[in-house]
Amino acid sequence: MKPRSRSWAVVCSCSRFVVHSFTLGDTLARTTVAPPRSPRPHRAWCDDWSVAYFDAASTEPLHPQAREALIAALDVGWADPARLYGSARRARMLLEQARTEVAEALGARADEVSFTSSGTQAVHLGVLGTLHGRRRSGRRLVTSAVEHSSVLHAAGIHERDGGSVETVGVGITGAVGAGAFCEAVLAEGTALACLQSANHEVGTVQPVAEVAAACAEAGVPLLVDAAQTAGRMPLPGGWSVLAASAHKWGGPAGVGVLVVRKGTRWRSPLPEDDRERRRVPGFENVPAIVAAAAALRATVAESAVESARLFALVDRVRTEVPRLVPEVEVIGDPVVRAPHIVTFSCLYVEGEALLTELDKAGFSVSSGSSCTASTLRPSHVLEAMGVLTHGNVRVSLPRGTSAADVDRFLTVLPGTVRRIREEAGVKL
Amino acid sequence: MTSSQANPAGSAQSPALTIDALGKKCPIPIIMLAEQINYVPLNAIVAVLADDPAAFTDIPAWCRLKSHHHVASYELPERGWSIHVRRNY
Repeated sequence: MKPRSRSWAVVCSCSRFVVHSFTLGDTLARTTVAPPRSPRPHRAWCDDWSVAYFDAASTEPLHPQAREALIAALDVGWADPARLYGSARRARMLLEQARTEVAEALGARADEVSFTSSGTQAVHLGVLGTLHGRRRSGRRLVTSAVEHSSVLHAAGIHERDGGSVETVGVGITGAVGAGAFCEAVLAEGTALACLQSANHEVGTVQPVAEVAAACAEAGVPLLVDAAQTAGRMPLPGGWSVLAASAHKWGGPAGVGVLVVRKGTRWRSPLPEDDRERRRVPGFENVPAIVAAAAALRATVAESAVESARLFALVDRVRTEVPRLVPEVEVIGDPVVRAPHIVTFSCLYVEGEALLTELDKAGFSVSSGSSCTASTLRPSHVLEAMGVLTHGNVRVSLPRGTSAADVDRFLTVLPGTVRRIREEAGVKL
Repeated sequence: MTSSQANPAGSAQSPALTIDALGKKCPIPIIMLAEQINYVPLNAIVAVLADDPAAFTDIPAWCRLKSHHHVASYELPERGWSIHVRRNY
């Protein structure tokens, strides 16, 4: 895939299909706005250049190519893509071009791809729509204990609706037992299996290929939640339904992707309307979708080099943290993992205090500790793994993270943990 | 959340020490356990009473990290658990 650098690239790439209804010159005059140049190119984006943003698993900063595409598409992709006049045809052209690009990047056909309002909505529609479509085959959903809350909440609705849910446990690394999962899939009455590509909190990659083989054998569709890996790693094969989220790969918020393979029974659990092949109700956000496609194209093009670089930086954190900080547990699979995520827990340290101190020191990180959650419950992922939940820090590196920022983190962390322990009166 | 065993009526070994960490948030119950486990003889049981859901996961995880033995966790009648740990060294 050839990277395109001009701000009107997306508009330009589909303009050849537009039938004389607007002048390209007019469009370009309005859209060739020079993007702001980063003064510190080693960081992707930040409100404050003194802060290292290490929370890409929550949201990846907007990719510069997505920003350019968004600004260009705001001017030319605002009309209703369902209408027939010139500006509407132009919006539809942009939407369909974005669909083709996203389909290509995800290894799907364009007519299998629908855009949703979020990754969460894509999961909700994927899970409930497939269960609804297959309700005559069975009412049983098989999933893992460490899925994203969107999967667990959709499973909860299914249960309240009279369906059953089998939740397969995970080992200490956070990987679901492939044997136990496959056995659960093969049981009579399974309508859908649902497994993430990699865990959002600890990075561990799930055995999707083995599970997909069992699903194929049983004739059960497999939904893969690829939110953490789409664009960063090659997708595993064998899925029937795929859900992903644009803001995790450097697109804007408010765009999710739901892919339903041809031949998979699916029926909307929501009131239908005509949008997105009757799969997703509501007016499409064409400019954001165009930007999401541009970000995915750019991220995929960069991923071979960038993912390997981030993988090595995470390795450095995994090796150095237990060397520099006493009484730490580094969590998740050290090798079979997403390139950008690492989680560790510091014994006798309160997670919230650690986050606050790291924030003061200029690091944006996240935590699965109960004191940092609105519910005051620890992360269900850490609970299911049986690992320490207090003193937890998740570091997830966005594209462009510098080795210098990771080194600074490794310099600051030991003193920060020591001070919090001292203040709590802990003697090691 | 369920206890890992039924109520220990007549269980083999009664606790040599009970730490009341009810109402205390993690990591305080674990800090108390780490401080006080050395006050009991080898192979004796320490019971930690805690109602922070994090303690239910974290005390067994602490035992694994520190090579002590998590015997069982019993649900308390009101709320929380009595989490039994055997001193191994």
